[in-house]
Amino acid sequence: MAVAVELTNLERRFGAFVAVDRISLSVREGEIFGFLGPNGAGKSTTIRMLCGILTPSGGSGSVAGFDIRTQSEQIKQTIGYMSQRFSLYEDLTVEENINFFSGIYRIPAAKRRERKEWAVEMAGLKDHRAARTSTLSGGWKQRLALGCAILHEPRIVFLDEPTSGVDPLSRRRFWTLIHELAAARVTVFVTTHYMEEAEYCDRIGLIYRGQLIALGTPHDLKTAVMKDDVLEVECAHPMDALDALRQCPSVREAALFGNQLHIVAAERARTEADLRALLEKSGCALTRIERITPSLEDVFVSLVEAHDRDNGRREHTA
Amino acid sequence: MNLTRIAAVARKEAIHVLRDPRSLGITFAIPVMLMLLYGFALSLDVDDLPLIVYDQNATPASRDLISHFTGSEYFTLVGNAAAYRDVQKAIDAGDAMVGLVIPFNFEQLVQAGRPAPVQVLIDGSDANKAITARGYAQAAAAAYANRTLVNEMLRGGMRAPDPPVEARPRVWFNEDMESRNFIIPGLIALIMTVVGALLTSLTVAREWEQGTMEQLIATPVKRAEFVLGKLAPYFVVGFCDLLLCIILGRYVFDVPLRGSVLLLVAVSLVFLVGAMSLGMLISIATKNVQLAVQTAMMATYLPAMILSGFFVAIPNMPGAIQLVTHIVPARYFVTLLKGIYLKGLGLRVMWFDALLLVVFAVIVLGLAIRKFRKKLV
Repeated sequence: MAVAVELTNLERRFGAFVAVDRISLSVREGEIFGFLGPNGAGKSTTIRMLCGILTPSGGSGSVAGFDIRTQSEQIKQTIGYMSQRFSLYEDLTVEENINFFSGIYRIPAAKRRERKEWAVEMAGLKDHRAARTSTLSGGWKQRLALGCAILHEPRIVFLDEPTSGVDPLSRRRFWTLIHELAAARVTVFVTTHYMEEAEYCDRIGLIYRGQLIALGTPHDLKTAVMKDDVLEVECAHPMDALDALRQCPSVREAALFGNQLHIVAAERARTEADLRALLEKSGCALTRIERITPSLEDVFVSLVEAHDRDNGRREHTA
Repeated sequence: MNLTRIAAVARKEAIHVLRDPRSLGITFAIPVMLMLLYGFALSLDVDDLPLIVYDQNATPASRDLISHFTGSEYFTLVGNAAAYRDVQKAIDAGDAMVGLVIPFNFEQLVQAGRPAPVQVLIDGSDANKAITARGYAQAAAAAYANRTLVNEMLRGGMRAPDPPVEARPRVWFNEDMESRNFIIPGLIALIMTVVGALLTSLTVAREWEQGTMEQLIATPVKRAEFVLGKLAPYFVVGFCDLLLCIILGRYVFDVPLRGSVLLLVAVSLVFLVGAMSLGMLISIATKNVQLAVQTAMMATYLPAMILSGFFVAIPNMPGAIQLVTHIVPARYFVTLLKGIYLKGLGLRVMWFDALLLVVFAVIVLGLAIRKFRKKLV
């Protein structure tokens, strides 16, 4: 299958700060690729380099076969980009914003009306075409911004935190739109810091402090990438148990999930034995202990901690 | 370059302009305000100088001399002093600018045919005005002396001689020597500069500040398309301002327009392109609205005011400053405006100044387009 986005050791520095640290990945045509990471991890910087509006400091990359260093204007012809900050004109109406991008992308006169109707319909703004954009709610603005970004039917779409600050219902609707795009074989490269949104992606890359720390399908990440096991523990007095378990050397991490405990264990058998002993000693009657599939959040937290541990060790030995 | 995209940018920008009534109001308030302010309040004409007279002689001869002063439009009698001290006081207080002191033996001396000195005191705190006042006073005294001499000769049975030399001044281009007639054309240059640069200095910086630029630079819009499209609506606004200035000058200030209106409009529009491109260039370079507006004012208003020849005659400036005026485009525009307005000149005489305006416009527009980068940072 054809490759839509290809990055090799992509790097971007701002002075001494490394915002993107030698990232390599590739995205296939028609894929929904999620770029997941906390704020400030380097997601936006990466996506800006891909869209040709930021020059890389090192490494190379291509989008739709065009070099991101030398052919950024060709890239801009082929892609749709929706920036993190709402970037339509607030003092223009819905229709005027659409008309503007329609002209900028030189949509043929014959198709213009049809595309406009499509965008208005898609954004659910049929009754608000003449409304100033500033009066729209967050969810509407986001869908209108998406409509304007894909008015010219680009083959690759870059969405930078499209759903941040939008209510859950609007987020759900937005992801439905993304899946409709993918169904039309459009490649979608989307960044988010919502873990549950990553589940909607075909493949995800986890980015932390500028580095890509994991890459794969959500299922791969949950089953294969995470080396530790997650144990779900049900017992009496979980709060007391949590304190006790955190002292245990074979427990990597312990957290409360509802009235259950999630324990990350490097060696499952040993930890389980330790757990039983400890809980009995502290008078918390154990009702159930079970190995579960970790959530993406579990995976992310565990990878981030492993990353920090490695870096700490490296810094220590250096 | 593609017209569809230029039109899309222009239409969008025009909507911004129309939806912002405050800014739109300012664009028309500035020219009207400057015209009225400078046109009415600023007069460089020296006339009606307040005069106080201390006539110690009080004879027909002394009154005749006084009438030579007060009879002209240049002096207005504001008081008669009873003592020398009063003259001093009036000048100190600013009630009088010129004091005329006639000695007690004035008539005697005149009749004896001896030199009769009179004292003229002038407040020199405004040097330009003082020089003019001195000239007027000397002329009035000379006229009196001349008449007395002629009368004397006639009475003695002599034929009055023809004066050996007589200067007959005739002022060209501004016959009435109305300062308004050259202030208004200069003012048009000032207004075009300020309005042009001020309007455009906002536009690009605002898009950076509001975040809309990030979206725009990720589209295939070309740099020249963006800059030209953005300039278009402001050009229309500037054109309206120009017409407003011309109409105010003609009908409110009665400034004669002797040359071709078409040429006037044409050179003004060329200048407008340059001024607006400069504002755009500043906006593109600073990416910050406040900084852009301040820079634009500094870069346009001051030079246009001081170094263009509008206010201060360039030949009166020190040599080094005169050299600097050559890089102030408003200088050539002021020359053209005064030429068209007052002298009715055409391109045959002023082609070089016009050419320089075209060169300025092309260079600055080119710089603005080059400076605009479709990249963050």
